[in-house]
Amino acid sequence: MRLDIDTYREIADSLVRNKSRSLLTGFGVFWGIFMLLFLMGGGQGLKQVISSNFEGFATNTAIMLPDRTTKPWKGMKEGRRWTMTYTDVERMKRMVPELDVVTPITSQWGQEAVNGTNTVNANVKGVYADYRFIEEPRIKYGRYLNESDIAQERKVCVIGKRIYTSLFPSGGDPCGTMIKVGPVYYQIIGVDFSSGNISINGSADESVAVPLPVVQKIYHEGNNIELLCVTAQSGIRISSLEDRMRQIMAREHNFDPTDKEAMFVLNTEQLFAIIDNLFTGLSFLIWLVGLGTILAGIIGVSNIMMVTVKERTTEIGIRRAIGATPRDILSQIIMESISLTLVAGSFGIVFAVLLLSLLETIVNGRPDAMPADFQVSFWTAVISALLLTVLGVIAGLAPASRAMAIKPVDAMRDE
Amino acid sequence: MLIELKDVNKTYNNGQPLHVLKGISLGIDSGEFVSIMGASGSGKSTLLNIIGILDNYDTGEYYIDGRLIKNLTERQAADYRNRMIGFIFQSFNLIGFKTAVENVELPLFYQGVNRHKRHELAMQYLDRLGLADWAGHYPNEMSGGQKQRVAIARALITNPKIILADEPTGALDSKTSEEVMQLLGQLNREDGVTIIVVTHESGVANCTDKIVHIKDGIIGRIEDNREHRASVFGSSTIMK
Repeated sequence: MRLDIDTYREIADSLVRNKSRSLLTGFGVFWGIFMLLFLMGGGQGLKQVISSNFEGFATNTAIMLPDRTTKPWKGMKEGRRWTMTYTDVERMKRMVPELDVVTPITSQWGQEAVNGTNTVNANVKGVYADYRFIEEPRIKYGRYLNESDIAQERKVCVIGKRIYTSLFPSGGDPCGTMIKVGPVYYQIIGVDFSSGNISINGSADESVAVPLPVVQKIYHEGNNIELLCVTAQSGIRISSLEDRMRQIMAREHNFDPTDKEAMFVLNTEQLFAIIDNLFTGLSFLIWLVGLGTILAGIIGVSNIMMVTVKERTTEIGIRRAIGATPRDILSQIIMESISLTLVAGSFGIVFAVLLLSLLETIVNGRPDAMPADFQVSFWTAVISALLLTVLGVIAGLAPASRAMAIKPVDAMRDE
Repeated sequence: MLIELKDVNKTYNNGQPLHVLKGISLGIDSGEFVSIMGASGSGKSTLLNIIGILDNYDTGEYYIDGRLIKNLTERQAADYRNRMIGFIFQSFNLIGFKTAVENVELPLFYQGVNRHKRHELAMQYLDRLGLADWAGHYPNEMSGGQKQRVAIARALITNPKIILADEPTGALDSKTSEEVMQLLGQLNREDGVTIIVVTHESGVANCTDKIVHIKDGIIGRIEDNREHRASVFGSSTIMK
């Protein structure tokens, strides 16, 4: 191959000579690479937007919630209600040593929180200090509840973002302020800004977290707890423990261990697996559509090059007659094909990048949006450019081999 | 002998086998101005293609400057064509989207001569043929005679041993034809270029120094024409 300014000029000339044809052919490749990159970026952004809903949430968690029994057991009728108690916490810890955190929740809905003239509807959530391992708080001011708060049953609270913005419209650090929630006053010790959308008994936004024993006393709940959150130690899948936990609960609270509906178990591991599968499927689809479109574009290029070669039989014959080797012709056709795909494809890459950054601005511009990353990485763009080059070579192969078959005699015969 | 053909045979096998060249033996010395004349179908174009290494022959031997031209690879053939032979075609065969000077440069491009040098050389040749002012024009902006002169410049630029002209005047009027033939004659006399013209026009053949008559694939008569009296229409014109 002779690398010379004229080599490039010749390629540019022959592409520019048929402007509309090159444009239309290039569009196929342009659209293909655009689709692939745009869908890839969009898919990645979507995944991040959706994942941000689970932000700060332990992935290896199960939540156990008592429900009505649906099977008769030991002489008792079905349809019976049962409740979990404090003792279940210790029992679970002892009998299932693979568990890491076992923490109960009990909550009171629809409590009015008041600070001066500002009021807001809040959900009082009685929790232990180790609840932070289940749903990670993002502390903006102050601190989260600690062991002493629980042990001494202090009337302190950590308020969610929406409670904070409603009760303290002028902002500032509210720690130390007393607010009234329901019947009693609590001192604010922290503000939790976490905005994940998974909610266990109400989302963290609208909750006022209070030491669990305090809630039980104020609302006369005795030893009852509403639900139990557990996480497995790292390396152990929570699903593998589910059956044993069910057995233990069933024996203690007298329901049929095979009665799946007596105790509702929400397993986040399964939830995440579903979402993961969804996105695996989605990216498969993205690749299928994107590569399919590029392939269609490449076939278009190959086709047009075929026509071009046919049209240029005489020209190629002349070139051969005055000393071009078959290799010269081959490289010329392949270079043309590469140039067409690469130029069109680069526009596709640039267009996709521009549109993705626009999308990113729009999505991240929403109020209280989690920042999501829609943009494709630099290397993805580089790899797509390389892919285009390879595809350009492939597209040029068939036309080039046809061009090489042209004998110089044909040039004269074609007159 | 610059060109030597020994009992060259060529058969086309497109359906019905067609024995086009039936044992051609011909020698052409360096510096000769020869025409190969014959009616259409006589095999003269096939002969020219073989001499020009554009086509291969079946049996016999063909030497250029003592080198046997047989079973060459495409690459070798391209190289020989590029360095030893300059072509002039009936329909000029210039590349339409290239300017005159770019067309003239093209053989040097395939030799790998650098851009600056080949442009300079191409301009020299165009100037010599009186086309310096037309260097930047495209073929479709030029007259037939100008186009043929560009083609001649392209044939000359590699300084070849042989110029092969296939009906060089076929697409030109009589006046231009005459000019082109005079130009070829001048090149032959002044530069000593060996020129072989294939034609079916006796007037054109008459401009050359030696006329090889070919008929039905066999060389008939070789006429010495240094007096330029072969044409029945007189020595000074080409009748169209």
